[in-house]
Amino acid sequence: MTEQLIMLGLILAKLGLIFIVILTLAAYLVLAERKILARMQLRYGPNRVGPFGMLQPLSDLIKLLTKEDFLPAAADKWLFLIAPGLSALTALLTFAVIPFGPPLEIFGRTLPLVVIDLNIGLLYFLGLSSLAVYGMALGGWASNSKYALLGSIRGLSQLISYELSMGLAVVPVVMMARSFSLTEIVMAQAEIPYALLNPPAFLIFLISIVAESKRIPFDMPEAENELVAGFHTEYSGMRFGLFFVGEYINLIILGSMLTVLFLGGWHGPWLPGVVWFSLKVLAVCFFFIWVRASLPRLRYDQLMHFGWKVLLPLALLNALVTGAILLWIGQ
Amino acid sequence: MHLYRDLRGTLQPFWVTLRNMFRKPVTVQYPEQRQQVAERYRARLILTRDPDGEERCVACHLCSAACPVDCISMQATVAEDGRRYAAWFRINFSRCIFCGLCTEACPTLAIQVTGDFELAGRDPLKLVYEKEDLLVDHCGQEPDYNFYRQAGIAVAAPRGGNPTESAPEDPKSLLP
Repeated sequence: MTEQLIMLGLILAKLGLIFIVILTLAAYLVLAERKILARMQLRYGPNRVGPFGMLQPLSDLIKLLTKEDFLPAAADKWLFLIAPGLSALTALLTFAVIPFGPPLEIFGRTLPLVVIDLNIGLLYFLGLSSLAVYGMALGGWASNSKYALLGSIRGLSQLISYELSMGLAVVPVVMMARSFSLTEIVMAQAEIPYALLNPPAFLIFLISIVAESKRIPFDMPEAENELVAGFHTEYSGMRFGLFFVGEYINLIILGSMLTVLFLGGWHGPWLPGVVWFSLKVLAVCFFFIWVRASLPRLRYDQLMHFGWKVLLPLALLNALVTGAILLWIGQ
Repeated sequence: MHLYRDLRGTLQPFWVTLRNMFRKPVTVQYPEQRQQVAERYRARLILTRDPDGEERCVACHLCSAACPVDCISMQATVAEDGRRYAAWFRINFSRCIFCGLCTEACPTLAIQVTGDFELAGRDPLKLVYEKEDLLVDHCGQEPDYNFYRQAGIAVAAPRGGNPTESAPEDPKSLLP
């Protein structure tokens, strides 16, 4: 009985820790993005609240919480209220399958550093990443505004353009690791990460997750200089904040997925596994911010053209070639 | 296919942004660091005095006529010695667009611009400046000019004694 209680306590502690770390990281990612983006544009970025602006996320939170929660008169009330939560919730749920460190030995027990090691973890991720677009689509639809609707329609058309190539880019990974479980995929990369073993799949997945994150250069659903703010035009206060935080949690999730699938997860010399994992995820997040500073927005027809006519055939071809090579090696 | 061009156009910006990340920002951190404003910067308006310490303004209303947003108003009066001056003079800085046309119009160089741009406040009524807020104790940008010594009436200085003015003509004389 005490055995089970201790295990339960450990699991709850792990869950709470993940929850706090993810939310804090998402908040500070906003600050990091603003500061890095500012430095790349020869500005300082937020540096007034606290030393080096380190309390900026807190003041943003207070500001968002104390703002008016506005409900447009013509909005579909319940969908409008649910949509931001859906967006943040799906992003948070995805982290359940991501292994962020090697199993931990504590009190003589083995505690896997993953919330739940599903044997179809990869499919779970793909499923939730498709669900995540519902928050955006419903938010835009329920707002009953032209700009919001256009934004969510663009988001949906973007989804069908990148998701196929994203799904096909992870097929070679599954073939090489011979498993859908993310822990086993990481285990299979102990010697060499799949980014080096299969660079085309890595690049296709990278471009697809940039599209998935709905950030520049694929931020058509928001497109602030065309659609005001896209799907969250009508949102204010903490509901907007939930969309915002969901976007950044999503960024962490996508960085973690890239790390798990292609960058070797927690494997790395000298440092502990959790540190390596965090470093890799933060590096991917920096890359996302860097992309935002560097590239302009594509038109949505350009994204669809790129997704359907370039990425999809490449991903198919890559899956075919990888499969052929694996057969030839006789694995 | 412009594959080379497209790849170059996609990858080159990354180098540019990375290089700029390690350069010093050009931001002036305002309340602590202040930039020297330009010599002819136009901000808060003042009413200056002439070298004798008298008010330069003769309440001719030319500035309020020139003002495109009608933010200047005044009431003209005449003093005991015949000198015109403004009984009250009011500039509404919440309206003022700092175009400087009033200073162009002023014949006595009384109204002048300064470089003091820190006028912001929470109460717009505090931006309505009265004469005592506007009047300063110096000559502004024209330290030597004295309207009453150039073209003034006889009240301030006797006729013919002013600079650039010749002695009065004697109408009874035959020769010029």
